[in-house]
Amino acid sequence: MSQSNQPNRLRQGGRIERARTLDFTFNGKRYQGHAGDTLASALLANGVDVVNRSFKYSRPRGIVAAGAEEPNALVQLGSTEAAQVPNVRATQQALFEGLTAQSTNGWPNVQRDVMSLVGKLGGRFMPPGFYYKTFMAPASMWMTYEKVIRKGAGLGRSPMENDPDSYDHLNQHCDLLVVGAGPAGLAAALTAARAGARVILCDEQEEMGGSLLASRELLDDQPAAQWAERVIDELAENDKVTLLPRTTANGYHDHHFVTLHERRTEHLGETAPRVDGYRSSRSRMHRVRAGQVLLATGAHERPLVYGNNDVPGNLVAGAVSTYIRRYGVVPGNKLVLSVSNDHAYRAALDWDEAGREVVAIVDARRQPDGELVEQARARGIRIIEGSAVLEAKGDKRVDGARVAAIDTAAFRVTGQAEVLECDTIASSGGYSPVIHLASHTGARPTWDDTLLGFVPSLVKGVHAAGSARGVHDLAEGLADGASKASEALAALGKSASAIEPPRADVIREGQACALYQVPHEKPTLRAPKQFVDMQNDVTAAAVELATREGFESIEHVKRYTALGFGTDQGKLGNINGMAIAARCLGRSIPEVGTTVFRPNYTPVTFGAIVGRHCRDLFDPERYTALHQWHVEQGAEFEDVGQWKRPWYFPRKVNGKLETMAEAVARESLAVRTGVGILDASTLGKIDIQGPDAREFLGRVYTNKWAKLAPGRVRYGLMCKDDGMLMDDGTTSCLGENHFLMTTTTGGAAGVMEWLELWHQTEWPELQVYFTSVTDHWATMTVTGPEARKLLSEITDIDLDKEQFKFMDWRNGKVADVPARVFRISFTGELAYEINVQANYALHVWKTLFEHGKKYDLTPYGTETMHVLRAEKGLIIAGQDTDGSVTPEDLGMFWAVGYDKPFQWIGKRALTRPDTARKDRKQFVGLRPVDPTVVLEEGAHIVVDKDQPIPMDMLGHVTSSYYSPNLKSGFALAVIKGGRDRMGETLHVPMPDGQAHEVEVVSPVFIDPKGERQHV
Amino acid sequence: MSDITYGQVATFNTHPEAAIPSESPLSVAFNQISVSTPAPAVNHASGVRLEEKAFLGHLILRGGAIVLDEAVRKVLGISLPGQPLGLALDESGERSVQWLSPDEWLLIVPGGEEFEVEQRLRDALGDAHYAIVDASGGQTLVSLEGEKARELLMKSTNYDVHPSNFPVGKAVSVVFAKSSLILRRPAEDRYELVLRRSFADYLYRWILDAGAEYGIGVQR
Amino acid sequence: MFYIHCPYCDEYRDEEEFAPKGQAHIARPEDPETCSDEEWGAYLFFRDNPRGIHHELWVHAIGCRKFFNITRNSASYAILETYRMGEQPRFSAEHPEGEPAEHGAAVNVVDEAGRVAGQEGVKA
Repeated sequence: MSQSNQPNRLRQGGRIERARTLDFTFNGKRYQGHAGDTLASALLANGVDVVNRSFKYSRPRGIVAAGAEEPNALVQLGSTEAAQVPNVRATQQALFEGLTAQSTNGWPNVQRDVMSLVGKLGGRFMPPGFYYKTFMAPASMWMTYEKVIRKGAGLGRSPMENDPDSYDHLNQHCDLLVVGAGPAGLAAALTAARAGARVILCDEQEEMGGSLLASRELLDDQPAAQWAERVIDELAENDKVTLLPRTTANGYHDHHFVTLHERRTEHLGETAPRVDGYRSSRSRMHRVRAGQVLLATGAHERPLVYGNNDVPGNLVAGAVSTYIRRYGVVPGNKLVLSVSNDHAYRAALDWDEAGREVVAIVDARRQPDGELVEQARARGIRIIEGSAVLEAKGDKRVDGARVAAIDTAAFRVTGQAEVLECDTIASSGGYSPVIHLASHTGARPTWDDTLLGFVPSLVKGVHAAGSARGVHDLAEGLADGASKASEALAALGKSASAIEPPRADVIREGQACALYQVPHEKPTLRAPKQFVDMQNDVTAAAVELATREGFESIEHVKRYTALGFGTDQGKLGNINGMAIAARCLGRSIPEVGTTVFRPNYTPVTFGAIVGRHCRDLFDPERYTALHQWHVEQGAEFEDVGQWKRPWYFPRKVNGKLETMAEAVARESLAVRTGVGILDASTLGKIDIQGPDAREFLGRVYTNKWAKLAPGRVRYGLMCKDDGMLMDDGTTSCLGENHFLMTTTTGGAAGVMEWLELWHQTEWPELQVYFTSVTDHWATMTVTGPEARKLLSEITDIDLDKEQFKFMDWRNGKVADVPARVFRISFTGELAYEINVQANYALHVWKTLFEHGKKYDLTPYGTETMHVLRAEKGLIIAGQDTDGSVTPEDLGMFWAVGYDKPFQWIGKRALTRPDTARKDRKQFVGLRPVDPTVVLEEGAHIVVDKDQPIPMDMLGHVTSSYYSPNLKSGFALAVIKGGRDRMGETLHVPMPDGQAHEVEVVSPVFIDPKGERQHV
Repeated sequence: MSDITYGQVATFNTHPEAAIPSESPLSVAFNQISVSTPAPAVNHASGVRLEEKAFLGHLILRGGAIVLDEAVRKVLGISLPGQPLGLALDESGERSVQWLSPDEWLLIVPGGEEFEVEQRLRDALGDAHYAIVDASGGQTLVSLEGEKARELLMKSTNYDVHPSNFPVGKAVSVVFAKSSLILRRPAEDRYELVLRRSFADYLYRWILDAGAEYGIGVQR
Repeated sequence: MFYIHCPYCDEYRDEEEFAPKGQAHIARPEDPETCSDEEWGAYLFFRDNPRGIHHELWVHAIGCRKFFNITRNSASYAILETYRMGEQPRFSAEHPEGEPAEHGAAVNVVDEAGRVAGQEGVKA
């Protein structure tokens, strides 16, 4: 097969499938790669240097790293609008047939960029805080500036069409969660698995094995990757082990709750393929509750900070090895390697073995002497000691490296610079343990002067192994993983002997030196840009400037410069940035502060966060037993909490559907003049049994219950101990020791818990049990002057007004179904609330309509219910009250048992000075002088409409409707000293400057003597 | 008369003598009011099979374990699970009693039996302090079987349903999707869900959605 | 998200099954009428808000519906113990390492991995 179109692809090596060639498109151009490639490795194989434009300066950028730490190669995926995915790292995206990607930044394109003008000129003009300083004034203009800046700078874009894919969550539990399947993680998982523990092993890469997949080392005399394969096979066989490749542990939350984001089909195509006709979820959030967690997250290699270190062709050293060994791609021809440690020498050895030229290894140490150094010398590779790359040369690709001797301690260049011709500069300033997850737990990492990095502090139950805690040597890392797993299981009371790790050669490495920013002949502020955070375009000069402007804490420096912001989370740049700040401030790194990483470690698609909780499953919908009928009748629904309640039932009149106002007018007149029916099943219902049930009611209700006889019903008010109304409803005496309490629809769960709270915590000696029966009973309210006539046709209950009085209840049959019928009224009219077991409700309801035809039985919804009850001055707890209203404020003295023997809940508070004030807001009615006015609920009420703002506010409107019965708007309100203001004219000012004139009246607008409900 | 007063408590037989049509909480979905397509049928490839056991008798028992245990054994021949989260079935598997809290159990019996069972329990309990409440209209039972049933549960609840934590004979009240339900393991190869009537449609739609990739089928 | 040992269900459950109900051990005065306004106001409105060990009332809302107490470190979010109504905590600001078992009846879920002795009384 021809590989001529992939100039940087090696003839052999790597873990790619050479037989499978895949076509893909990048920035509109077609390329080829292989199965097993990432988008990044395929782009490098094709010699694509510029993959993006930088965020702020619009400088051309190339691929720097090979994993999650990649700062530049952010792409937008998707060949169609619906498939758009922003902010994908090319280093983490597996190549698939037909993959289509675009650079995230760069308008109109990465090669010719209008923003590059800013990049060229912008050096001096875009200091840190540039956006704050330049564009925030005047504030009103930011919206305008932002559009232009965003278009040029860009951060990817979200799709404008519906996502065709589905996403889900999976809840997982395990004894040990191992994050990272490199050498330490594999050894840990194997140890735990062999001990019989429930283990989850996740790894963010396409293939498990971590550094072993590209390692030069042998394990048991065989390539390290083979050992990894054997271990993974064994783990896969174990049914107590869950292996999750392509899965990033993104957030570490309380009590070992870790969220893992599994990309299930991202490697297969733009949308999830169908299997057996079903489309599986594209990605999945695993919500893991672990007994113990072992972090084997490895380390990120730090690039050195030198001039123009962002020109394409600058990479971190380890990435060079990974591309060569894992993908068979050598990302250039002539390499200069600039290092502070032995470990990174591998990049030069791999490059050399790939048959390309290593121009020189530039080592900052004076006399490097480790084994790898010797190997490089033995191959005749030029090693320039005590030196570093000061500056890269080139524009869209490196074409040289300026190298000179430096004094790292004094931070200055000591020798004459030499320019080495090359096209690639790889650098390594050491290795930072990946401590992000440990940091999410709130534990501050600690600085280790020998390791030259932060190591994680660990809360109880969290363990770190291998490179994640600075154990970089392969043999030591393997043993560390095994022994840490053993410790973790011991903490759970399980014994697990650490596995015997495979034999690895110990490679003697010399001591690394501390080097972060490479000195330049010019001072930092005038030297070529030395990038610390490439994703956010933060330079060493910016950090230095920030310290000069007085930002001394690293947290402030970060915020001022944007260092480590956003999706980058400082993977490559944070330590370098801190080191630079420390240098400028003349302090040590730990003195400058530690840094905090926040979830998520890498970006998580919103789909995975939402899971299945979207569209019609966004929130639970609660239906009554009569829901089907309501839907079939074309009811409009209102959300009452999670309930779907019929709001009104629009009819077609002359071919046109009624408006809500028309429907409500018709429905409410029907109830006042004929008969209407309401589905009241959503009311909370609580069965109360026990010898102390009556006593308990007396304590939680404000009124008296001692004498309520079986067969009778009473309305009750429930207060909190602060004296404020919390709920109301009727309670019926079913037997001497048996009551049925009703609550408001919204208050049902709260009241149930309230009763249990008092019973369980204060009065456990009372013999009483509460059980919710809300869903068991369906409740139908038949109300209106014709209600008795209608009901009498289908019930065996004696409805005679002397036999079955207002506030009585009776047993019997309705439409042949056993029913409890309560004669209570929320409309002020004659009313019967029919309760039947919910499974039979539809039959009873339909039978009522069969017989109700001749009475024009009218179904009504919540809106009419509100109008009717408000006309009677009946409150709705939570609408007319707001937690600051007492029964006395409501004028409901008749429902307060001042002389009850027990100090019922709320009583004491009624005599507190504030609750006893005479000028408290009191419940009244309002009648607009202009009957066509319907006041706005929540509107404030004042005496003098011409008083300058701020006006003295007397109170506010709590309920307001148009009454077809009164042929006028009307309202309920709470007003200071309202009961003494009857007949006064007040004003309701509106935002448009108008004020409505209103008269203070009794809250009972219809049938003030309450005769109609007694007929 | 459908109402019999046991001492100071009113009981109530909710069932009509006449044959009256009744609707389970899932009828809204089965009648395609809340969903647009018929319930998927069970076939050989169904990784999950769902079946509603509608119209069973559900009774809530409240009281002390010792006195209730005696009565339940006498009336149904089942020992009351005294340990938290216990579930016990009679030999036929048709009657079960489940621990809900230290003083609360759920008794499920074949539909129509509940009123008689309640009366017999009340007879057996005498004047002990207890409560029995009929909840039959307020909840329905759904069984889930199939090799993917456990994974479907894992999508839906954060309770640990691994057999090591959720063996046969265990029953728990759990968060499920954004609602809650009772989850039971009456047998090795079967889970049962007790759904509250008003939430049943939402939960059913959730289960169908989560089960689609396993080819979930509904036994009607 | 917390992982909370319910002392009645006798196992750990996720926080979303529970609801916090404020400071624990706030007893209602025996005779509210004899309380001064200040005493009554203190009972109604005043609560501790320490950084550190705190006793809280919680309810296993989706579960057994029982109320119980949690001793929790409000700074580290560590839960030191959970205990039933009527029991006293072992851990407190005065005894951050815990009192010997005979002084407090509460179950130390940290030491005993949440295993409580068998189910006893059924009184609510």
